[in-house]
Amino acid sequence: MNDAAANPMCGIEAIVVGASAGGVEALLSIFGDLPQAFGLPIIAVLHLPDERRSQLAEVFARRLQIPVREGQDKEVIQPGTLYFASPGYHLSVEHDRSLSLSQEDRVHHSRPAIDYLFASAGDVYGKRLLAILLTGANQDGAQGLAHVKQSGGITIVQDPDEARIAVMPRAALALHTPDHILTLSRIASLLASLESSPC
Amino acid sequence: MERSFLEKSSDIELRLLIEAIYLKYSYDFRDYSGASVKRRVAHALRQFECATISALQERVLHDPAAFMQLLQFLTIPVSEMFRDPSHFLAIRQEVVPLLKTYPSIKIWIAGCSTGEEVYSMAILLREEGLLERTIIYATDINPASLDKAKQGIFSLENVRAYTANYQQAGGQRSFADYYTAAYDHAIFDKTLRENVTFADHSLATDSVFSETQLISCRNVLIYFNKKLQDRAFGLFHESLCHRGFLVLGSKETLDFSAYNKHFEPLVKQERIYRKS
Ligand SMILES: C[S@@+](CC[C@H](N)C(=O)[O-])C[C@H]1O[C@@H](n2cnc3c(N)ncnc32)[C@H](O)[C@@H]1O
Repeated sequence: MNDAAANPMCGIEAIVVGASAGGVEALLSIFGDLPQAFGLPIIAVLHLPDERRSQLAEVFARRLQIPVREGQDKEVIQPGTLYFASPGYHLSVEHDRSLSLSQEDRVHHSRPAIDYLFASAGDVYGKRLLAILLTGANQDGAQGLAHVKQSGGITIVQDPDEARIAVMPRAALALHTPDHILTLSRIASLLASLESSPC
Repeated sequence: MERSFLEKSSDIELRLLIEAIYLKYSYDFRDYSGASVKRRVAHALRQFECATISALQERVLHDPAAFMQLLQFLTIPVSEMFRDPSHFLAIRQEVVPLLKTYPSIKIWIAGCSTGEEVYSMAILLREEGLLERTIIYATDINPASLDKAKQGIFSLENVRAYTANYQQAGGQRSFADYYTAAYDHAIFDKTLRENVTFADHSLATDSVFSETQLISCRNVLIYFNKKLQDRAFGLFHESLCHRGFLVLGSKETLDFSAYNKHFEPLVKQERIYRKS
């Protein structure tokens, strides 16, 4: 099948995803086929124009087969669940594999920041992390993705030619060479095959 | 040994810095949420122009003024007046009627930062006719923030947003009644703080100092790990009177705490709890 689904993927413990403008559609297309029994936690930062209220979790819960929630402070990360960062708060992964929220300054005008989620997850999961950066109109995520790579994790950038807005993927590519540059449909099939791929 | 089992030098240095701060200055950041502390120290490194955390440690160990500067990076002071207006509205509608049954009231605002929350609470209490019989203890670990809180002077630029918050929070007057504008600042009515005691107090190292009827600790606990959160909840439980009120920040919850069973939600959505 997908050569990317070969060995390095079999030890993956968690997935982090970042997106900005155009992100809702992109996330729906990569998560749309995940089976109800998908076993890995997915933690996502999606920038939204309005910091106050978000219906992201509700919208995705209706469209996906896996459980979807806003990540709560000090919540222990559950397998097979998609967590979204709350608007207005940074979301991080802690060493005891729980989530934490914070209100430090914005990064690239963004809070939640993809950089913070990715870097903290990279510190915790090391090579057992898969990080995916998608469409977006700013540079958030590029440094975080490079940090994931340095920590031994696997990095994927959406093919900028396909991305609704290519600024974010291109900023990431300018900083480091990811393991894979893929279209959304290839990312979707890679995710779906993650667990079925023999280790 | 597998490489990933070895701690990175910078992680070791970070732990040593936090330990050094505790031993030298008694500020205890050992049980704060790790990811955020790490970022704040990284940020401080750039500002202090130190190449390593060890270099920063040497600086703060030998220079108390440098430590006070570092403290400004380690604490997150962001605040607003009537932050999350629906929260203050719920206090007005659900808690105030019950507070009115007490002949005198003690309120503890833990982690008050630069005071925005304190003045908001005082305004609410005044409008409800309770301020005169209330004592407010406003505590924080950051002396610079406490000094600012004592002055009650906020940037006029922010007051427009605060005014909108105040109105959404059920404010009954013109917000401008509470301050005088001077240049680009709003100086808040000093009678609002007549019954306020500002004090240095750490939820990480200090103990309970008074019985209280209401405790507000908002946007402080997210910076603590579970163990330290439980320490704080323990202090609140000890300080609160029978059926006393605990209010948390909009993203803070008792759900994952051992103290969950000692409190019941009064307005769950607004994180208002009652000691059970
Ligand atoms: C984000 S501010 C919250 C201000 C205000 N409560 C609000 O919600 O707008 C967090 C405050 O917690 C304080 N803080 C941090 N650690 C503390 C501790 N151990 N004990 C008391 N206050 C602490 C910080 O100094 C900072 O002023």
